[in-house]
Amino acid sequence: MRRLIKQREIVVDEWRYADEDPQGRSRALILPFARWKAEREQWWLWDGRLGVRLGPTDPVAELEHDFLRISLVAIEFGSIGEGRGYSQAQILRRRFKFTGELRAVGYVQREQLFYLARCGFDAFELREGEDLEAALSAFDEFSVAYQPAVDLVVSPTRRHSLAQA
Amino acid sequence: MYLYDQIDQRLVEERVAQFREQTRRYLAGELSEDDFRALRLRNGLYIQRHAPMLRISVPYGLLASRQLRMLARIAREYDKGYGHFTTRQNIQFNWPKLEQVPDILALLATVQMHAIQTSGNCIRNVTADHLAGVAPDEVEDPRPWCEYVRQWATLHPEFSFLPRKFKIAITGSPQDRAASKVHDIGLHLVRNERGEVGFEVLVGGGLGRAPMIGHVIREFLPKEDLLSYLEAILRVYNLEGRRDNIHKARIKVLVKSLGPEKFRELVEAEWQASRDTAPQFDAAEFERIKRCFAPPPYETLVDEDVLSGRPAEFRNWYQRNTRRHKVPGYRVVFLSLKSPTRPPGDITHTELDRVADLADQYSFGLVRSTHDQNLLFADVRQRDLFELWQALKEIDLATPNIGTLTDMICCPGLDFCALANATSIPIAKQINERFDDLDYLYDLGDIELKMSGCMNACGHHHVGHIGILGVDKNGEEWYQITIGGSSSGQDASLGQVIGPSVPHAEVAATIERILNVYLEEREEGERFIDTVRRIGIKPFKERVYAPAHQAA
Repeated sequence: MRRLIKQREIVVDEWRYADEDPQGRSRALILPFARWKAEREQWWLWDGRLGVRLGPTDPVAELEHDFLRISLVAIEFGSIGEGRGYSQAQILRRRFKFTGELRAVGYVQREQLFYLARCGFDAFELREGEDLEAALSAFDEFSVAYQPAVDLVVSPTRRHSLAQA
Repeated sequence: MYLYDQIDQRLVEERVAQFREQTRRYLAGELSEDDFRALRLRNGLYIQRHAPMLRISVPYGLLASRQLRMLARIAREYDKGYGHFTTRQNIQFNWPKLEQVPDILALLATVQMHAIQTSGNCIRNVTADHLAGVAPDEVEDPRPWCEYVRQWATLHPEFSFLPRKFKIAITGSPQDRAASKVHDIGLHLVRNERGEVGFEVLVGGGLGRAPMIGHVIREFLPKEDLLSYLEAILRVYNLEGRRDNIHKARIKVLVKSLGPEKFRELVEAEWQASRDTAPQFDAAEFERIKRCFAPPPYETLVDEDVLSGRPAEFRNWYQRNTRRHKVPGYRVVFLSLKSPTRPPGDITHTELDRVADLADQYSFGLVRSTHDQNLLFADVRQRDLFELWQALKEIDLATPNIGTLTDMICCPGLDFCALANATSIPIAKQINERFDDLDYLYDLGDIELKMSGCMNACGHHHVGHIGILGVDKNGEEWYQITIGGSSSGQDASLGQVIGPSVPHAEVAATIERILNVYLEEREEGERFIDTVRRIGIKPFKERVYAPAHQAA
């Protein structure tokens, strides 16, 4: 069973990626972006929960009208230097007000968690070999930040103590 | 200058603790070389030719005397007794021990300093006009805006993993003294026809392998919209910039491939879509920052004649190394880090301590570093100039060569840098030895010589009136020479190569031949760069490479 960090806790994953569950037996399935685009209509009335997995070059804006149906977006990171996912997340959270689960997948390591969380990610599948317990401390490495967190759309001031946020 | 509040202080302290833990994990074998590399670079720590190199941030070049004393202490206790000022107004140390870097960062934090984002693919130190706040021609002091942007950029959650490094410069004068047109983003404070002050926004300038002058993508941006507009530019770049090839990853390549107009459209569309949910202008916060940059308590003085009865040596220094100040009775003083015996930009711990004392005595305890690797006292009473000059002479910081040929920009080159193809410090020495006659230098007038040891162009050679680039030819050091570049004033331009590269021993002689052409061709009062622009590079090409002088 896959374990991941979700809302700062280690949990067993309820979701399956489409290639892990070809028959669609799971009631919570994550489709690749291209497949979702191609089969959108036929999945709309399916009776499970649906997620979409975005690669770094997939156009996130094309999901704008899909959030009634999609309750999870997984964003891929290929390496520590891969930064597109941070902007994809900001667009989902800030512009489209997406409130479902936003999951970072792939080459995700503990050093990224602080940035990812501040961009609106709330679930993290870490890369092979990462210690999930140890990684939990990464969220608290900083107690202050200069930018408003993603859920504070209009900030009272530009400077933030994370403890209060 | 800007003073940290509790939030700023906590952030740098937490950063130190974080890096201490990362270093511990690396030394314990829990973090791989590659993983640690990405982390240490974000704290300015490179592994260089001989040892690690630590680059410390000097936001927009402003330093207080107590910070200088701490840099002196670090040089003394953790390095070989000296530091090197860079073209991003930062200072770097070439000999720290990796395991001691967390301690160095902890010391820096006690004087409100850090090494955050001095390297890595993130937003680097924001640079400014070194005459900010004292230049008579200034529209508005850019430093509060620099600090505002610095805070926004620090550990920015979305823009810390960009395709490549990202450099921003902000100026407040029509005269560009920050090389802003060769930055990823250049921001110019300007006044519109209604008298309001805002920003002219340039994007896509840069040096390195494919040098480019930035394009204006917005002629006037209201000041309040600065952060939301910057976020729009950075988001377009973060999503669209190339990540497949490190040499094509800077924003200048994206701007060029799309065309500036198309790039502008993308930014404007992104801005319209995101500006309402971007960080809003916080007037109270900005005012808090701005108060930190209030003018120092100037005395009411009048301009005086400081030259009568003084030796010619002092008069030379006054002419070359001081500048007009907007307040009567004051003068701006450059401390030249380009004496003939000194690697350009280097300073020892004893000199740092002494500069701190002189700053306290003569310039409100503040010092600035300039992008051309000198230091500056911004607020010196004219009546103190003679005394200060004598004191500066004692520590070899009064070489009267600011703006002349020997005031050259120079990267550390092959002596220190792991990237370099050729040395640059020995070339600086060769040039100093050949051009040691001050009268000759003064006759040449204002001329910018810039030198880089490799294509990465840390020494800004593309925008030197004369540029020197070190290249490797079968293991030997050769130097390619360009003329006609400029990053200052109102007309930035890129230099053109004048011919085949020359061997190490021939560099100064080649420069001299270039200068001879200028001396023969110049019109009354014409600067070198203007002669080059008027007559083109052909006469230089022909005469520098005439058969009698053919390079080997």
